[in-house]
Amino acid sequence: MTIQLENINKHFGNYHALQNISLQIQQGELIALLGPSGSGKTSLLRILAGLESLDDGNILFDQKDMVALSAKERNIGFVFQHYALFNHMSVFDNIAYGLNVRSKKRRPTKEHIKAKVMELLSLVKLEDFAKRYPAQLSGGQRQRVALARALAVEPRVLLLDEPFGALDAKVRKELRRWLRKLHNDYQITSIFVTHDQEEALDVADRIVVMNEGRIEQVGTPVEVYDNPATPFVYDFLGNVNLFKGCLQKGKLVNGDFSLAIPGAEYQDLSATVGYVRPHDMSIDTTPSDSNIAATVTHIHTIGSSIRLEMHRADTNEYLEAELTKNNFELLTILKGDTIYIKPKHLKVFTPEDFSI
Amino acid sequence: MTILFSKKRRRPFRLPGFSLTLGFTIFYVSLLILLPLSMVIFHTLSLNWQNFLAIITDSRAISAYKLTLSTSFIAALLNVIFGTIIAWVLVRYQFFGKKFLDGIVDLPFALPTAVAGIALTSLYANNGWIGQFFSFKIAFTPIGIIIALTFIGLPFVVRTVQPVLDSFRTEEEEASASLGANRLQTFSKIIFPAMVPAILTGFTLAFARALGEYGSIVFIAGNLPFKTEITPLLIMTKLEQYDYAGATAIAFVMLLASFIFLFTMNGLQWLIQRKYSLNRSR
Amino acid sequence: MSATLLPEAPKQQKIPKVHNPKTPTTTKEPLIVQWTLIGISVAFLSLFLLLPLAMIFISALQKGVVVYVEAITNSEALSAIKLTLLVVLIVVPLNTLFGILSALLISHHHFKGKSLLLTLIDLPFAVSPVIAGLIFVLIFGAQGLFGEWLLNHDIYVIFALPGIVLATLFVTVPFVARELIPLMQSQGQAEEEASHSLGASALKTFIYITLPKIKWGLLYGIILCNARVIGEFGAVSVVSGHIRGLTNTMPLHIEVLYNEYQFTAAFAVASLMSILALLTILIKNVIEWRSKEVSS
Repeated sequence: MTIQLENINKHFGNYHALQNISLQIQQGELIALLGPSGSGKTSLLRILAGLESLDDGNILFDQKDMVALSAKERNIGFVFQHYALFNHMSVFDNIAYGLNVRSKKRRPTKEHIKAKVMELLSLVKLEDFAKRYPAQLSGGQRQRVALARALAVEPRVLLLDEPFGALDAKVRKELRRWLRKLHNDYQITSIFVTHDQEEALDVADRIVVMNEGRIEQVGTPVEVYDNPATPFVYDFLGNVNLFKGCLQKGKLVNGDFSLAIPGAEYQDLSATVGYVRPHDMSIDTTPSDSNIAATVTHIHTIGSSIRLEMHRADTNEYLEAELTKNNFELLTILKGDTIYIKPKHLKVFTPEDFSI
Repeated sequence: MTILFSKKRRRPFRLPGFSLTLGFTIFYVSLLILLPLSMVIFHTLSLNWQNFLAIITDSRAISAYKLTLSTSFIAALLNVIFGTIIAWVLVRYQFFGKKFLDGIVDLPFALPTAVAGIALTSLYANNGWIGQFFSFKIAFTPIGIIIALTFIGLPFVVRTVQPVLDSFRTEEEEASASLGANRLQTFSKIIFPAMVPAILTGFTLAFARALGEYGSIVFIAGNLPFKTEITPLLIMTKLEQYDYAGATAIAFVMLLASFIFLFTMNGLQWLIQRKYSLNRSR
Repeated sequence: MSATLLPEAPKQQKIPKVHNPKTPTTTKEPLIVQWTLIGISVAFLSLFLLLPLAMIFISALQKGVVVYVEAITNSEALSAIKLTLLVVLIVVPLNTLFGILSALLISHHHFKGKSLLLTLIDLPFAVSPVIAGLIFVLIFGAQGLFGEWLLNHDIYVIFALPGIVLATLFVTVPFVARELIPLMQSQGQAEEEASHSLGASALKTFIYITLPKIKWGLLYGIILCNARVIGEFGAVSVVSGHIRGLTNTMPLHIEVLYNEYQFTAAFAVASLMSILALLTILIKNVIEWRSKEVSS
């Protein structure tokens, strides 16, 4: 099913929680709504589900308007952050619930319901747990029951609110892989909310980065990571080094150091920031005219890569660099050494007045 | 052979004050609760069996039991119905005067029973504010007893159901709706089952309280033997006639009945709790 | 080396609002259901609680303020008030002490028979007030266990102050304890253990750590206990002997007046007790409001 959101606005009291949100989602896509808490991602998901009303805007499922329909009529599957399993019902009854509450005309026979529930139980690998109650399951198992319950009504779209938020790291990784596989097998249009960038990059086909009620960027994981559209996206996705300075005749001047920015030759800015990923820092042991001196304060080994923490004497700022073990061994750097760094790839954002 | 592990275990850490608090608590409970209550059993045992049986199966006593049980049950039932509605309204809806009503629910806890008794009697007497509108008698009949017991028991149900509704997560209701259930289905299949243990507790408390209630009823009941004489009143009457044996025997029956009732209800609650608990399968 | 310059994302143009229908809410009942339920609640509470309350005050003032004042200041009323206060001053501190110590015991220590002890503390709730009076008659009455001995030594328990105090003590044992035990169990004992490990004595730990944590719950328990002590009728009725001006507490005084058809006077004293009850409710709500403020 395709989903189309047009100019959605939502206020909570005076707070403008969602500001002109427009978004197109294709059939079978797996979308991540990524943002910090308070960015409006959960509100957007709840509005899509019909659990929250909107102030104005359109929601179209396969070109059909949904706004006036209640949650019960939208045929969506919603997986809640804390599972919201029915504690007084067995796992079986939880999953069968959506079928059992249908009107007599639309309700499948008892045998059909049973077959459907067993099929879903085997899908989520909980065949032996049908008679258990939610309190007798682990967090990961509950999450899978919640998913099976949402899938039982054969929803046109699956909405997941922080689906892995309450799980520990190892289970989270397993479930992530499992969700990806489930999505590949079933091709059901799915949207999940997360504040965990790694989760979004790992699972989603496309990521919608949200901040303060607005969409900052929509793109594939590679696009949003490699080409952040706004300073916020740069900051929120992955680590970044900031070079605060000013733009003078196409050069970013920052402390004792300046760097030419192609494409900005005719621009002057009194205050701007250059963004550099830690793995885009080149490191030298000898000074040159275009690099910066810094003292190594910490050396961490993270698996096969090395992270250096450095202190710049000229601006009194801390920087991070990431390099491979090989490179690190060639350079023979020790803690306390002075090294010379240069950004390989630096981005400067200018206000739109300057953009051509 | 060498002894590797000393058999003496280190005593686990314990906050100080154990012996003082234990000593005082046991002393207080024994002297004030256990010893006096055992007097009922002690005195009952000193009666001979036939005498005891004759007292407790006397037709006047039997009709007192019946009246006490039936009026208490009806009152507790009324409390469950209206108390649950009131708890629901106080938690879920916003309306003018809600805070005031919420506070006033505790009135029966705070108001002396005798005061409640005379107020209700005057209201429901034939010429009272309410009584005058009815062609039949309310005060001095079992209906009056039920009204007094309903007054006394109301806060028990409201105050046990209220916190459960308060902490109920709307997420579960939303999950139910998103799975296609209508509001009535969500209420009957999701919300109501979660309220059942609290409603049962409320019923238990209201019923147990009603069984022993005296102060509010003595005024409104009329106290006619065989008609409007509840069990506590019968005990009182026997006491006033210095029939200590009779009073004790009836008291023994009452104590036994309320303990059996409380025990059964606790067992029922335990069964409900156990059904969904963690331990069974792990 | 490469460096790029990116423009900020262009602002979305405003498309005029097409329509604005409401999404039906999923967690509320239809308005008509809401108002019906509110109506039932308001009607029920008015009929059962507010009307009797109004009745008390109106009946009390029916014959004017002079009669009202006379009814609550005559010597019998005053001695009933004095006796009730005396009982409060003895019973409430004792049961408060018991409540604190038993709650400390049950929430801070593990021992065998804890649930039995809890059941015993709750027991008075399950016992009819009439039986609560009866048991003390069985011990101290003329035909009771110590009856003869007491008679020979001229000690009066039944039909005297000690009997009233004992019966009231019995009935109100659980009030403070029942308020504190769940509160202290939910608070845990980590802070007390920390205090103890820092060298504080048990008493100091209680004063500086435990008491501040439980003060609102304690106050609430004391107020409930107080209300019940003042209003206790059945148990006191059995042991007091109804001696006017000597062993009549306020509720007993009301009974006597009512049975003598002195309705206005009965309701006058009743109105005093109703004011106390309303004060109790008010304080309870203030405490709840305070403890909510503290926790949020």
